[in-house]
Amino acid sequence: MTPPDAAPLVELRGLTKTYGEGETATMVLKGLDLTLEKGRMIALLGASGSGKSTLLNILGTLLRPTAGRFTMLGQELFGADDATLTDFRNRHIGFVFQFHNLLPDFSALENVIFPTAVREGVESAQARLRGAELLELVGLADRTHYRATKLSGGQKQRVAVARALMNKPDLILADEPTGNLDSVSAQQVMELIKVVNQREGTTFLISTHDERIAAQCEGRLEIRDGRII
Amino acid sequence: MRYGLKVAYRHLASNLSQTGLLVIGVAVAVFIFIFMSALIGGLADLMVNRTLGGFAHVTIQAEDRELPVLETGSNAELLVARQKSTRDATGIRDALPLLPVIDQLSGVAVSSPQITGGAVLIRGERVRQVGVTGVQPDRVTAIVAFDRYLQEGSLSLTGDGLLIGATLASDMNLSVGSPVTLRTDQGNTASLRVSGIYSTGVGQLDRASAYVDIRTARSLFDIPNAVSRIELKLTDLYEAEAVAARITATTGLDAEPWTATAQQLYEGLRAQSDTGLILKSFALITIVIGVASSLMLTTYRRRPEIGIMRAMGASQGFILFIFVTQGMIVGLVGGLIGASLGLAVLTPLTPSGEVAAGQLPIDVAQGSFGLAIGLTMVGATLAAILPARAASRIDPVEAIGQ
Ligand SMILES: Nc1ncnc2c1ncn2[C@@H]1O[C@H](COP(=O)(O)OP(=O)(O)O)[C@@H](O)[C@H]1O
Ligand SMILES: [Mg+2]
Repeated sequence: MTPPDAAPLVELRGLTKTYGEGETATMVLKGLDLTLEKGRMIALLGASGSGKSTLLNILGTLLRPTAGRFTMLGQELFGADDATLTDFRNRHIGFVFQFHNLLPDFSALENVIFPTAVREGVESAQARLRGAELLELVGLADRTHYRATKLSGGQKQRVAVARALMNKPDLILADEPTGNLDSVSAQQVMELIKVVNQREGTTFLISTHDERIAAQCEGRLEIRDGRII
Repeated sequence: MRYGLKVAYRHLASNLSQTGLLVIGVAVAVFIFIFMSALIGGLADLMVNRTLGGFAHVTIQAEDRELPVLETGSNAELLVARQKSTRDATGIRDALPLLPVIDQLSGVAVSSPQITGGAVLIRGERVRQVGVTGVQPDRVTAIVAFDRYLQEGSLSLTGDGLLIGATLASDMNLSVGSPVTLRTDQGNTASLRVSGIYSTGVGQLDRASAYVDIRTARSLFDIPNAVSRIELKLTDLYEAEAVAARITATTGLDAEPWTATAQQLYEGLRAQSDTGLILKSFALITIVIGVASSLMLTTYRRRPEIGIMRAMGASQGFILFIFVTQGMIVGLVGGLIGASLGLAVLTPLTPSGEVAAGQLPIDVAQGSFGLAIGLTMVGATLAAILPARAASRIDPVEAIGQ
């Protein structure tokens, strides 16, 4: 289901990331090339420590690459300032993390609408409406006003998926989204991601080292020795 | 910003025990601030009243007159020359037109032009030397708070009225309505009637002073146009030197601040006020340290959340705002609670009349409530800035810990 305009969503060229300086410097990404098309659902595989999270965080503009070209939606993001990256992230990127996903003092609905509220400066009625719809989509309509801390692990991840969708992003980055869940909950979250991907056409990049997860995606990338193979 | 306020409020509300303790701490510090202000202020008033009775903050007098040199031949006896006052007995001639000017000067609360002199008070066989002060009948209480000290009668001086102290009254067996005569050195006399008897607790005032209408004093002392002196009360006791200098500069008159005549009292009050300032500063420092450390703890505990918020597109400014706002809210709420506590506790502790033995001379009106709340809010906000800035610069990747 590739949309008609085939301009790539993301292009990375010769991307490197080095942690630390001098003698302790470790190069994790070593001239990585990657092109992501819109609307796909891709698994990112690789051994533990291979650099999956590093790559996702760079794509999510949370982490700055050391060198290389990084364009998204035609915009050069390498070296952009913090305010530009923050705004870009808010409008175009959604996240589902493995741990620490939700704001514990907020309800499920408040968590879902956070990305819109923080941009608009208020929790508008419109945002609330969309938030409630998204909670219904992820099957948690009856948990709308539950505090985040009162939800199970699987429910939290589904709220996180709803929140990632809130601002209609172009790309959702999920870093081992099921790594912390039992197999039943993990399967529920994967089903949800598939539905959203098909219905909304949102691009997903899901890091995992679980073959069963990767098998449900329509494409796969593997990272080894600092490059995509 | 409204959303930032909501997040800040939610943070505070979700950890009620920490927030509550912090607010109580701030409130106690604010209470101490207010208590110290009220106590130091009341204590200063008490010392001033006890030491000087009613006294002027600034006194405008005529210029000093040179003492005549006593010349004696080698064989002559030295005669004792008594000079009662080195002031020009004719008083300040050109002062009256300047009175409205002086009244308008900033820092001047009220002025009282006076004619003073020595006289004897006579009633039948009894005679006493007294210092006579003629004041304007509508400004009887301008310098000495006679309304607080009045024991009997009224403060009305118009016509033949006379105010005397309780000691003098009992010495001469006088009561309200008693007819008396004042006779001056010049030989002038006035027939008066005791209209009021006061007791200030200051010996000289109670034993050997008499207050009359300034018009009576004019004829008694043969001063038809001038005044002997002008006494002033200021809005702020400690501004006396500056105001005196300003009066001399604008009018050319010799104005003397109370600090020049009552040096020891002045130094005592200064030391007391400095002590109060130090204690109040400690209270403010406590607030700053309390808010800063509490917010440091909060921002540390909320690192993962801060990372999440940043990942969701919250700007550094938003993070800064929510934590600075928390400091401000704590300052405001703590300040208001502390101030209310101060008002509730200090109002009944403020003596209504004279300060009795064993009573604290607290004056709730001098509690500096607005200043306490304002400084607390500013202090708490400033204290929040450093932790909030650190929070806004947290690396989201590290904080989320993926
Ligand atoms: N902040 C950091 N400082 C230094 N080294 C890091 C940092 N983050 C990750 N690394 C190192 O980079 C490598 C890749 O880590 P990561 O991207 O988390 O891998 P993965 O998600 O595939 O397990 C690891 O060897 C890890 O130790
Ligand atoms: Mg990882």
